[in-house]
Parts: sequence; structure tokens; C-alpha cells
Amino acid sequence: MKEIQDFTILSSAFVNREHFLMKVQLSKPLLPVFAGQFVEIKVADEPDVFLRRPISVHDVDYNDNTISFLIRVCGKGTDKLSRLRPEESVNIVYPLGKGFTVEQGKYLLVGGGCGLAPLYYLARQLNEVGVFPDILFGVRNAEALLDMEKYQDVGNVYVTTEDGSVGERGFATQHSILNHPENYTHICTCGPEAMMKAVAQYAARHHIRCEVSLENTMACGIGACLCCVTETVDGHNLCVCTEGPVFDAATLKFSKM
Amino acid sequence: MIQLAVNIKELALKNPVMTASGTFGYGTEFEDFIDVGRLGGIVVKGTTGSRREGNPYPRMAETPAGMLNAVGLQNKGVDAFIADIYPNIRHYQTNIIVNVSGSTIDEYVSIAEKINALDDIPAIELNISCPNVKEGGMAFGTSCSSAHHVVEAVRKAYSKTLIVKLSPNVGNIAEIAMAVEDAGADSVSLINTLLGMAIDANTRKPVLSTITGGLSGPAVKPVALRMVWQVYKAVRIPIIGLGGIMNATDAIEFLLAGATAIQVGTANFIDPQVTIKIIDGIEEYCGRHGVKSINELIGYAHKY
Repeated sequence: MKEIQDFTILSSAFVNREHFLMKVQLSKPLLPVFAGQFVEIKVADEPDVFLRRPISVHDVDYNDNTISFLIRVCGKGTDKLSRLRPEESVNIVYPLGKGFTVEQGKYLLVGGGCGLAPLYYLARQLNEVGVFPDILFGVRNAEALLDMEKYQDVGNVYVTTEDGSVGERGFATQHSILNHPENYTHICTCGPEAMMKAVAQYAARHHIRCEVSLENTMACGIGACLCCVTETVDGHNLCVCTEGPVFDAATLKFSKM
Repeated sequence: MIQLAVNIKELALKNPVMTASGTFGYGTEFEDFIDVGRLGGIVVKGTTGSRREGNPYPRMAETPAGMLNAVGLQNKGVDAFIADIYPNIRHYQTNIIVNVSGSTIDEYVSIAEKINALDDIPAIELNISCPNVKEGGMAFGTSCSSAHHVVEAVRKAYSKTLIVKLSPNVGNIAEIAMAVEDAGADSVSLINTLLGMAIDANTRKPVLSTITGGLSGPAVKPVALRMVWQVYKAVRIPIIGLGGIMNATDAIEFLLAGATAIQVGTANFIDPQVTIKIIDGIEEYCGRHGVKSINELIGYAHKY
């Protein structure tokens, strides 16, 4: 079940130079939303931001019917979105796509850049079934780090920075916790394509189940335009918006390249 | 009571609002948002003789007041449509129209024959205007003789309402419309997308995997309106107008230019409920302007 609703912005503020955290509220009960799902937000009635923007769900609170988004400003649409103020209304189509598998297991969540966003809600959902995941963040430098304390509440946090300013120096896939693949049965990853490919290849080498969350450009978000496709290992094109955005990495050609 | 019903030859529409092929899936994608039974018709995704995977990603680029797509007719083929999709949508309280596309005249004819046998499909829309495939598609729709050939062949194989979707990527669209009318088409729908491209200044590369793609959205509306106007002067068969219709006012403009019905395309991506708003808006417009039947509006602007 999906619906289109006007939400009210409760709060919106930058958490570092590039990312802002926006919380929106619905005046009636939310439909169930799962970790890894996304929404399509109508940003503005302007010709240069013509389409909706697909945004992943960062957190959900059914007590006050709010959804939070952690958004990186990366173009005109997200820039306009960041300028909306509390009490303004945003039109949202939700919940969209298929999310991460939440079940018993030894989970490692690997996020790079804005790919951290959906991993917070994933960790919270894992906590609800008694799983306390390891969470590995790869970022450029200390300045790009997000609110680590919040993540420490829901998992064991490990960090790599490219300049070594926080945590281990290097990329996420070079962190020393990966020297112990036997510690994991599930890996979930979201972030830059190169990082997700490296994570998927690591998981494949060690026979660990791996789910990747793709962010292909899309128009409709509901499987009508067929623009956001990714290719499976058997040569079929699947819509990222309806068959994903979370996929078993082993099924995609993406992870093999 | 305002009369919204229109006829495209034997195809009776409860109102003039249809959905454009490739923008509404098979209707099922929109069931959470609207009662699809309120629509005048649904033109389903372009259907080919066998399964097609379409073009590689990236297939889409946002442009000012519009978008480019290069999907390339991804679909599971006519047999899978009949076996897997048709049973789930045939009960819809609206007209299901199959958009038919092929690489050869034989492929068009073979699909048309198969669809002709389906009780709950009252019409096909012959796509001789897809700009995103290497063979067939637009190649049939850009010369009068090839357009005539394919429509004539399909006409012999297909007994129900035959709509032909025209390409705007031609010198004189009215001549193509006359050719397909002469070949036995019951109606023409126009326009398909306009050939365009996008380049990313940062990467210095074309955005689409296919380099070029089809432009749609409000950016193309004035071109589409002009072509409907010209075709209305050239043919007697009913016209279905489309191209950048975002609201009821846009839809009314196409009716005034000479369209008997309209299709809503790209707007479905932005507002999955837009078709219903357009139907309600047309009715409201008629009430406000004392229009008793939608037929009064068709081609009205030509009086001036």
C-alpha cells in the first residue's frame, strides 16, 4: 500500500556542511515503513525542479507520525528542499520500494557519505528483533562525519577517514574489522557505487549474504516510467524503485563489474 | 448534467482523459492512488512481438519543464502480456488500449492479430513513432509511404479501433496523418516525444546511454498543440492530443485545437492522481463556461 500525502515540516537543520536533517509529520497514522524504503518528495512548482526527488527514510516514529530524512545537498532539488522551513508543507508519495531484510543474524552495516542515512533506521529495526549490528562508516574526513553518538546507541560504530583524522585511515573496505569475516552473516551497504561494489565483492569472497541499496536516477518511483533500471546477472532489467532499491548483491551485474 | 463522453470511431470513452503509453504501466501501478475505472482509457506500455530489455541505464534526464527518456520499449512481449497481465486488468471499468510496436511490418501485424482476439481490448495504438529503438519504431512514422504501408497491413489484420501514434520528428506531420488516414486508421494520436539530448557539463559526457532520447513534459506542449491544430485541418478522423498536459486547462486547450480526447503522460510521474484532477477540472470548466457537452469544445478555436 502506498499513498500521497501533504506532510508538515517539523524541523530542518544542517548537521554538517553538506547534509541536513529534516523531520516531517503527517496529521494521521503513517502507513508501515520499512528500513531501506524511500519516498518521492515534490520539492517545488518550478520548471528547473520538474520531477519529484527520491529520498531514503532515515527514521520513523509512529508515536508522532513523523519521518526523518538525512539529505545531502547535491543539486537544485535538494538545495531547494534544504531551504524549506518548519510549518511549510511538502507533498510526499510513500512508502516506496523494497527495504533491507531484518532477521536474526550477525549484521555489518557499511555506509559511505550520504549512504549512512537509511542505515540508522535499519539499525533501529534490527535492535527491535534483538540484533545489535556493527556499523562501519567511510567518510572523507572528520568534517564529513555525522552525529556518531546517535549511531552508537543502535550499533557498534567503526570509522574510516581518507585522511586518518578520525578512526582508521583509508576506505571503509580497508577497515581492520573486515579481517574477521567470520563475525558476519549479513552485510548491508549503502553509499557510493565504488564502495558498494567493493563491499559486495568482499561479501561474495567470504560467502556472506550482502544487500546493496542503489540510488539510480528515477522519475516516477512507482514502476511506471522504467527509467531507473539495473541489470541482473541473467540479463534482465529491473526497476530500482519497485524491485529495489535494496537488492541481494549476488543477483545484480552491478556487483560483478 | 455535463456530457463528458466522446467517441473515437467505435471506441466509447466516458470522458476524454486517457493515459499515455509508457507513463502509466498497466494501470495496476496506480491503483493505490486512484480509481482507474474513472479514466476514459488506459494506453498500456508499448508491446512488442517478443520480450525486450530496453536500453542500458541511464535512461532518463531531467530537463527544464520536462524530461528526456530512452527506455527503448522494455516489455515482456505480447504473449506474456496476454498470459500474465491481461487477466489482471481486463476487468477494469475503462478502455484498455494496447500500444503496439515492432521492428518489421510482420511483427506489427502479428501482434495486432493476437490482440484482436482479446474481448476486453477495444482498440490498439500503433506506435510508429518511438525515437528510442534502432529498428522500426520512428522509422515507420517519418515517411508517408512507410507509414501508409504499416497501417494498411495492420488494418487488414485488425478489426477494432485502430489508433496510430505519430512522431513530431517530421517535416510535415499533417501529411503523415493524411497518409495513415488513407491507409485505414480510425484515429491518430499525437505527439510522441521530440528527439533531444542532454550533456553533463561536469563529466563532459552525454547523460543518456543512447546519447539521444525523447523529450516530454510541458516543454513540448506548444509544439504538440500546434501539430494537433495542423492535423485537425488535414484529416477527418478523430485526433487524440498529447504532449505536456499537466492540468485541466492544458487538456481544454488541446480539445479547442481539435483533439477529441487527450492523453496524460509525464504528469503521472509527478502526481499519480493528476488524471482524476484533470477529469474533475474539465467538468468544472464546462460548468463554469456553460458547456453542455465536451463535443462543443472540439476544434472550437478554429472558428477564429
